[in-house]
Amino acid sequence: MTAAIHVADLRKRFHSTQALDGVSLDIQPGEFFGLLGPNGAGKTTLISILAGLARADAGEARVMGHDVVRDYRQARRALGVVPQELVHDPFFNVRETLRIQSGYFGLRNNDDWIDEIMHHLDLTPHAGKNTQALSGGMKRRLLVAQALVHRPPVIVLDEPTAGVDVDLRRSLWAFVSRLNREGHTVLLTTHYLEEAEALCGRVAMLKAGRVVALDATRNLLKLTNEHCAQLRLDTAPPADWQARLQTGADGDWRFSFGDYAELETLLAGLRAAGVQVKEMHLQEPDLEDVFTDIMKRA
Amino acid sequence: MSGFTALFHKEMLRFWKVAVQTVVAPVVTALLYLLIFSHVLEAHVEVYPGVSYTAFLVPGLVMMSMLQNAFSNSSSSLIQSKMQGNIVFVLLPPLSYMEFFLAYLWAAVIRGLVVGLGVWAVTLGFASPQHLPHPGWLLANALLACGMLGALGIVAGIWAEKYDQLAAFQNFLILPLTFLSGVFYSIHSLPPFWEAVSHFNPVFYLIDGFRYAFVGHSDADPWFGLLVSTGCFVAISALTLILLRSGYKLRH
Repeated sequence: MTAAIHVADLRKRFHSTQALDGVSLDIQPGEFFGLLGPNGAGKTTLISILAGLARADAGEARVMGHDVVRDYRQARRALGVVPQELVHDPFFNVRETLRIQSGYFGLRNNDDWIDEIMHHLDLTPHAGKNTQALSGGMKRRLLVAQALVHRPPVIVLDEPTAGVDVDLRRSLWAFVSRLNREGHTVLLTTHYLEEAEALCGRVAMLKAGRVVALDATRNLLKLTNEHCAQLRLDTAPPADWQARLQTGADGDWRFSFGDYAELETLLAGLRAAGVQVKEMHLQEPDLEDVFTDIMKRA
Repeated sequence: MSGFTALFHKEMLRFWKVAVQTVVAPVVTALLYLLIFSHVLEAHVEVYPGVSYTAFLVPGLVMMSMLQNAFSNSSSSLIQSKMQGNIVFVLLPPLSYMEFFLAYLWAAVIRGLVVGLGVWAVTLGFASPQHLPHPGWLLANALLACGMLGALGIVAGIWAEKYDQLAAFQNFLILPLTFLSGVFYSIHSLPPFWEAVSHFNPVFYLIDGFRYAFVGHSDADPWFGLLVSTGCFVAISALTLILLRSGYKLRH
């Protein structure tokens, strides 16, 4: 099966910075794929090369089997990119913007689809508004609509929820998840790791232009077994346990453990010392813990 | 709708939505030039026998307005898109560099022609003749002028990274080339050195050939002028296409 996105040994240097240093990965059609990494890791450079906004120094990049340089027309037709920057063209209203964007892809009479996108992104009441008059959240919705106007099989979202409110996040993820269920491949970069954990079936982590982790999200979550219990006690724990516990400003005690048997031992020790547990919250390891671990080690 | 048609349509809408600034203002400016210069010089200067100074000046002003507005259209559109970041909207779709070039070029040509027609229309009551002795030269020079400066505007828009760089391009290249090209005078009235220098200014041939269409007189052979103008247009277009193809300052 042709990969939705195929990247092989991709390299790109900006002056003295090696932005991409031999990145290789394949994203299969229908995947919801997360591309994570700290600032400057190379995420946006990789997306720029896929979108034709930047040219690789070496390596290969394909979208739905189409080389992004030699077969750029087909590659760009297959790709819808929501850029990171909140940009708009102040000369046009929302509907004009979407009609013009359709035209760039050779689509005329695209109003039915434009109406549907606007409906799902709550843009319909703003269709006649000049883009300059839109709030930041509405501008972000318009960028998403522009990326989808030609029904691309592959959708790239470059930090789409940076600085947007909860309502937009929810409606955006609902719409993008629906598109993914309908067969669209989604490539997401985000700094909100809980979003990536909830949405992405597979994740690649980049650091300094290299892939330092690439696996299914559930497999990555298994890489760390660091659980945490937050305990509120009626009195201080016995001295022999205090070295294993950390106390916070809220007066609660935190206990990190890898195996639940350790927690059982702690609770038994507290019972034996006559210390009563008033409240207890368990925190499971999340993608942020895995990400932090991997970035430290890489 | 092809990508070219959509981009051309968008560029046309862009200047038409602010027509007061992009069409009416340059027409008014040209009218002011005409009022002042014709009032001051009409009784004192006769450049060609039997041709009043105002009749001499009108074609120059029409051409100057076309040149400056064709340049402004493509250059300002590109620099604004780059500065505002919305240039990605035309870089992400599957537009070829040729479509990109032709769309910006034709929009610049149309704006130049619209402004030129406007200037001509408001000056009709002053001195324009009832008939044009050489209408073909009018059309050829008008198209070449708007095409050449439209293409140069694309080059400037691609090259400039800030508004002041574009302003420098406009003030130190386009403005001297147009003002020192015989809009207000015949180059035969210049000292021999500056007359010779004027022959190296491609804009001189455009204005001279365009005026030939109106008054039937020219400072240089109009056929030679046509050759120079065509050569310059081809050269600037080739440079523009090379820049667009390479992605210079547009794609990293």
